[in-house]
Amino acid sequence: MEYFLQQLINGITLGSIYGLIAIGYTMVYGIIGMINFAHGEIFMIGSFIALTVFLALAAIGVTFLPLVLLLMVIVAMVCTAAWGWTIERVAYRPLRGSFRLAPLITAIGMSIFLQNFVQITQGARVKPLPPQIQGGLILMNNPNGIVVQISWMQIIIIAMTIVLMAGFSLLISKTSLGRQQRACEQDRKMASLLGVNVDRTISLTFVIGASLAAVAGMMYLLYYGVIDFYIGFIAGVKAFTAAVLGGIGSLPGAMLGGLAIGLIETFWSGYFSVEYKDVAAFSILAIVLIFMPSGLLGRPEVEKV
Amino acid sequence: MSAAQSILLASEPLLAIRGVETFYGKIQALRGVDVEVHRGEIVTLIGANGAGKSTLMMTICGNPQARAGQIVYNGKDITHLPTHDIMSMSIAQSPEGRRVFPRMTVMENLQMGAILEDDKHFEDDLKRVFTLFPRLKERRGQRGGTLSGGEQQMLAIGRALMSRPKLLLLDEPSLGLAPLVVKQIFEVIRELNANEGLTVFLVEQNAFHALRLAHRGYVMVNGAITMAGTGRELLAREEVRSAYLEGGAH
Repeated sequence: MEYFLQQLINGITLGSIYGLIAIGYTMVYGIIGMINFAHGEIFMIGSFIALTVFLALAAIGVTFLPLVLLLMVIVAMVCTAAWGWTIERVAYRPLRGSFRLAPLITAIGMSIFLQNFVQITQGARVKPLPPQIQGGLILMNNPNGIVVQISWMQIIIIAMTIVLMAGFSLLISKTSLGRQQRACEQDRKMASLLGVNVDRTISLTFVIGASLAAVAGMMYLLYYGVIDFYIGFIAGVKAFTAAVLGGIGSLPGAMLGGLAIGLIETFWSGYFSVEYKDVAAFSILAIVLIFMPSGLLGRPEVEKV
Repeated sequence: MSAAQSILLASEPLLAIRGVETFYGKIQALRGVDVEVHRGEIVTLIGANGAGKSTLMMTICGNPQARAGQIVYNGKDITHLPTHDIMSMSIAQSPEGRRVFPRMTVMENLQMGAILEDDKHFEDDLKRVFTLFPRLKERRGQRGGTLSGGEQQMLAIGRALMSRPKLLLLDEPSLGLAPLVVKQIFEVIRELNANEGLTVFLVEQNAFHALRLAHRGYVMVNGAITMAGTGRELLAREEVRSAYLEGGAH
């Protein structure tokens, strides 16, 4: 029971990170129908920017932790959003209206380019960050020595994810900006007939997705304490899986899918074997898709008439 | 402004389409179309399926853009402007197939219609649309995709009106609707024109109703205008009667 609870906490933490990245995949798919394979790299760049900010602040002697974290998250979100905007502008927009596979191919190219770019400019070695936030809450401490605890870092990750997702859901469902985003997703031509600047709305989608991924990148850095140029690939594939599992195009689906993948991975590692955790995650994806081809919360694909 | 100038301005058409040619790839859809719509008029464009009526409607809105010719709206050349800029000049369109946002509520659809407008008008504009189409008020929390065809058409027109247009473009508002609903919708168009002076450019296959409603009409065949005249004149023409009305009047 204690073990189960501990794994549950770990799984929710990991799932939060996946969920934040998955939103970027699902939003972009929803609005332009393409999989942005470079999104994992956006997450990776977010974590590098966060690390750079941390080191820069340390170098000038700023060590007050709440301030450091705040600056890290703000700078990482803004800079990563700029990356996301630029990638759309450079690699995807010129190909809009081209055949369907074209942006997919540039997305893969962009992903490889960004990985190599970071590898060359930052070096291939892993970048460590000593743990900044230690300790936690001991939830259960039974006599035979099994401790269930939730670390402060986990609390921060989960709380931050809840706040971001709540804010983001509100933005999409209640504001004029969110309505324009949904309108473009449902009928781009009609949205433009109502005066919506469709290109700008698509750019905005990349900006939002990238800034959420940046937060995920920063939390990954603080949680695991080590990053390299390749983390975007693994996390990206997992988050993409999460988005598909939840139903690609569906925002609650991305959040749910992220959580599900995080939990599956953690429980599998905890009870069976760490080596096969990815196999477990992908098997469950395959099984779900057999019975629910549009994912857990996705809409069935209907031909437009 | 001198009196002579203002008369000149008033006599200039609100929308002037001159020699417009539109292509889809290599296929020419419009072959030099000339249409004028004056302030306060209802002008209709009738023609068979595939004649290019909807293409003209979309060309006015810049999607696709005309490859030759000129479109002047309110004295400004809008031929090469992007769609969202054209729509911000108080032109609104209720397009072919209605294109209601299916997964948005009626209210959200109407809010989408008002995105270019000042928030402070919103309540008034909403009240106006609900007065014209009381059905929409009843259904305001319902998703667009679950409405009936007639309700969707009302929503499409209501949504267009939310932007306070000077020129309303209506593409086949009667398509696929029951005669009673068609009558109701045409009545609203007539009212808007008579009471508020709204200028309407109406594309229709339902030639009989459209020509009776409109002040003037154009007939389009194969991407070119073949006849023009007042609604009554066109209704009386033998060619029009045989091509578009026989068996079609109901």
